Amino acid sequence: MADEQKRIRRRPEQGADAEVEAPPKAERRSTEEVDKLISEIDEVLEENAEEFVRSYVQKGGE
Amino acid sequence: MAIPKVMGIETEYGIISKGDEEHNPIFASSLLINSFVSPRLKKVRWDYEEETPLRDARGAFERAGLELLEDEGGLVSVILENGARYYVDHAHPEYSTPECSNPRDLVIHDKAGERILEGSLEAATRSLPPGSRILVYKNNSDGKGNSYGCHENYLMSRSTAFPSIVNLLTPFFVTRQIFTGAGKVGSEGAAADKDIPYQISQRADFFEVEIGLETTFRRPLINTRDEPHADPDKYRRLHVIIGDANMSEVSTFLKTGTTALVLSMIEDGFITSDLRIAEPVPALRTISRDPTCRAKVVLADGRSVTAVDLQWEYLDWTRKYLAGKDVDPVTADVVARWEQVLSALEHDPMSLDRQLDWVAKLRTIEAYRERHRLSWDDPKLALVDLQYHDIRKDRSVYYKMVETGQIETLVDESEIAHAVSNPPEDTRAFFRGRALGRFSSSVTAASWDAVIFDTGTDSLQKVPMMEPLKGTKDSVGALFDVAEDAADLLRRLQS
Repeated sequence: MADEQKRIRRRPEQGADAEVEAPPKAERRSTEEVDKLISEIDEVLEENAEEFVRSYVQKGGE
Repeated sequence: MAIPKVMGIETEYGIISKGDEEHNPIFASSLLINSFVSPRLKKVRWDYEEETPLRDARGAFERAGLELLEDEGGLVSVILENGARYYVDHAHPEYSTPECSNPRDLVIHDKAGERILEGSLEAATRSLPPGSRILVYKNNSDGKGNSYGCHENYLMSRSTAFPSIVNLLTPFFVTRQIFTGAGKVGSEGAAADKDIPYQISQRADFFEVEIGLETTFRRPLINTRDEPHADPDKYRRLHVIIGDANMSEVSTFLKTGTTALVLSMIEDGFITSDLRIAEPVPALRTISRDPTCRAKVVLADGRSVTAVDLQWEYLDWTRKYLAGKDVDPVTADVVARWEQVLSALEHDPMSLDRQLDWVAKLRTIEAYRERHRLSWDDPKLALVDLQYHDIRKDRSVYYKMVETGQIETLVDESEIAHAVSNPPEDTRAFFRGRALGRFSSSVTAASWDAVIFDTGTDSLQKVPMMEPLKGTKDSVGALFDVAEDAADLLRRLQS
């Protein structure tokens, strides 16, 4: 149990790599992927952003 | 020993209509539901008189001239074959999933709700005059100080003292947003601050008190509504109002999976640390407004910690709690992902841009902002934020990411499609859903804890379901397979 605790507790005071597994590989999206997405976003956006955002008013719920 | 954490999610969707007519959200919401639901299901009423004996219930139903589409409150409310409730709440379409036994099934049923809203929108759009349209969003805020909820419900033992729930759950709720947040451009309401370009949670701006009964104003971190929809001597239903509506399956899975584990530990009195935050309401906002996840909050014992630190504490207790237990694969997956996410949040939150809503949205909006050289208060960014939550798969930024493999999903589309018309098999939702699916013409009303049949005899027959884990496929599935009609089903149930 003690080992397990060390393994999951990863606070700065323990030192960056003290007895810890490497963090999961950061598989963040590539710049190319995000760029492609950004290029497609304008196709799905409403035309007049300012007017549309202003008109999106909801009554509270719950 | 903690009781099984039967769970569900209720989501209020944002809705707006565009066109000639003035926008009436109640009409638009009703149109969605009426356009989607078959006539045979519309005639089955939601039974608000759950605890009332049969004769009283019968008195409530006027057979002649029954307005089929409206319940007593004048708003549409139907029960679906998958055991879900689909209705108009205030000025929103709301979908309550059927009761699920585990977070993976809940992800499937939460997504099935999205598909039902999308199908409703398609059907409703066909009946609109040219030039009119309705738009639906799975988010929690209009950016102008109005919020609508995504509530979770968990079955708990009545014997658990409420103060222990409050003390141990509040720090968890204040900090879990680092993986449950849906992300939001700006801030709003009484807490509005022009210097906040983006925050982790859609809902953090709207919480004002630590504990209370309200859900629409003075919103509390811990909601005290006590409406068990089950045997009230044995159970309580913890009604959680602090969550964001998630598009990301990983976020929904972690939100409900980790919460269920923490609740089990609270029920078992397992956590003995004092993790109380000195000022939880301001801490909620502090954490939400720091996408680096390094902001510190002060605990009641004087320590200063980050949200990630506190989450490590809960994960630490969870590992001890599960040690030596026979852990099912879904729970093991929750724990593994919880650890993976905390590690990543500690080292580089942006590395989770394929998994968590708030990170995926932030990365996308930042890239969009750079491409078009926009300032953070440009309405286009608020529009990209909103478009992330569009329920139409061909218009939503989230689904563009799914389509191109830019965000991780956990369940198959075929499982979601199945859940649109089939109940979970291992909770009482199975009985409710199958009763509607097979014998809707003989079902007069239903609620979370009862189904009321009219088989043509003098009295209605109420099948109470006060035990959320009874009425499963294992126990009654065979009866549905052989029953010729509802009367036959009821006879077989009694024998």
